[in-house]
Amino acid sequence: MKEMKFYGTALPGLEIEPYSGKLIVIEGTDGVGRSTHVALLRTWLESGGHGVLDTGMTRSVLAGRGIKNAREGHTLGRLTMQLYYATDFADRLENQMLPALRAGFVVLTDRYIYSAIARAVVRGADPEWVRGIYGMALVPDAVFYLRVRSTEELAGRVLASGRGFDYWESGMDLGLGNDYYDSFIAYQKQLLREFDRMSGEYGFRVVDASRPVRRVAAELRRGVARIIEGDTVDEPGKESAKVGSPEKVKPASGPVLKEIAKEESSEKAKSA
Amino acid sequence: MISYGHHRYPGRLFVVEGTDGSGKSTQLALLYQWLKAEGYPVFFSEWNSSPLVKDTTRRAKRRRLFTPTTFSLLHATDFADRTERNIIPPLKAGAIVLADRYIYTAFARDVARGCDRAWVREVYKFAVKPTVAFFFRAPLDVAIDRIASSRPSLKYYEAGMDMDWSGDEEESFKMFQGKILDEYDHMVGEFSLTQIDATQSIRVQQRQMREIVGRYLKEKLKEKVVLTK
Repeated sequence: MKEMKFYGTALPGLEIEPYSGKLIVIEGTDGVGRSTHVALLRTWLESGGHGVLDTGMTRSVLAGRGIKNAREGHTLGRLTMQLYYATDFADRLENQMLPALRAGFVVLTDRYIYSAIARAVVRGADPEWVRGIYGMALVPDAVFYLRVRSTEELAGRVLASGRGFDYWESGMDLGLGNDYYDSFIAYQKQLLREFDRMSGEYGFRVVDASRPVRRVAAELRRGVARIIEGDTVDEPGKESAKVGSPEKVKPASGPVLKEIAKEESSEKAKSA
Repeated sequence: MISYGHHRYPGRLFVVEGTDGSGKSTQLALLYQWLKAEGYPVFFSEWNSSPLVKDTTRRAKRRRLFTPTTFSLLHATDFADRTERNIIPPLKAGAIVLADRYIYTAFARDVARGCDRAWVREVYKFAVKPTVAFFFRAPLDVAIDRIASSRPSLKYYEAGMDMDWSGDEEESFKMFQGKILDEYDHMVGEFSLTQIDATQSIRVQQRQMREIVGRYLKEKLKEKVVLTK
């Protein structure tokens, strides 16, 4: 069990009580493979018997559709966009993430407040203002920041995915370049800079995402296993209290770490 | 980002505030007619008017999806759109912008719902500071009587039913309006709101309003832009 801690003022009407779940954030710029890794982690955690909720930007019941429609029309002003995203975030925090955490789920979130802050700051918003709005956010148990070495690499990934360049992911609203490619590179560079700046402030665990998916996935699993096991190591006596929640059979414990280590060493042997 | 109080535009921004039933919209409509007749370029901006957010708000109200935080943030989103589209551009062009309800409505209503005072003010930091913000103050019983006679039934959020203060709609509405009025009273000093006694006759109130607005008008505002309808 862990006390709820918020970056600023907690949500009004919220009962601040200890929770038994884990809030794990996967952050990074567009195209680093966040959604792939969230999906891999989910499967892995579920096979280990953990209840998992995964969520991400614009997936709220309240504001998701409205944001998507507004994005389609390219009609969002800068301030309006930031606040629409904040609405979406608050709805998911209150109605998805917090209830799941109380029920002992592992919550995997594809992006958290950091992407929202980076996007807003790059668009000229006052950094203090955005941080103030997101003061309602729960401090997560861990933030894994998937980082690539260059924006050119990101562009390559976007192309390889077959989706091609998106208006907003390319920051076309900012007028940074003459075409989607130039704009994408310039925009993602600025985002990368903001992420790097936040890394120390928010204690990101930096994961080198330029490596093959398998290697990145193994590192993430090792990191997540440590977060989940942290509980059982710290509070061995509390084990019996968890029997009540059927989703949480037994946390991926010691053997999981060994398994990953084995997998990694065999991988090393292969590449050697 | 330019924050509250730091905007410098050639236009003028006059806003009206007050509880439901205070008569503020009537007063603003009369002011609009007068300014137009005097030949000033006037632009009217209403609360909850953004087409981008309208559908989301309507659906959320119908399905009762709001919490105090999301209620506050979605209205801030709407207000941001209104600021970016309907308030800043006409002010830059030198027009007179009239706003029926402004950030103080959010401050009063959201804090009455339990949102943190400082947080709500921070969210709206981007707003343009009005030239004059009128607060039409009507005692609670007067405002409630006016509402009761003009509306057959109260809406869920309007009555504050989401807060579970009372199972009775009318009772809940009274409690909600009382809390809102307390917040307004709190803001008169904080934001230098210009208070108008809303129990006076409509004509007297309008005369006071025109006298105050007149101090901020200059002949050259008329030449600045021509708004044609």
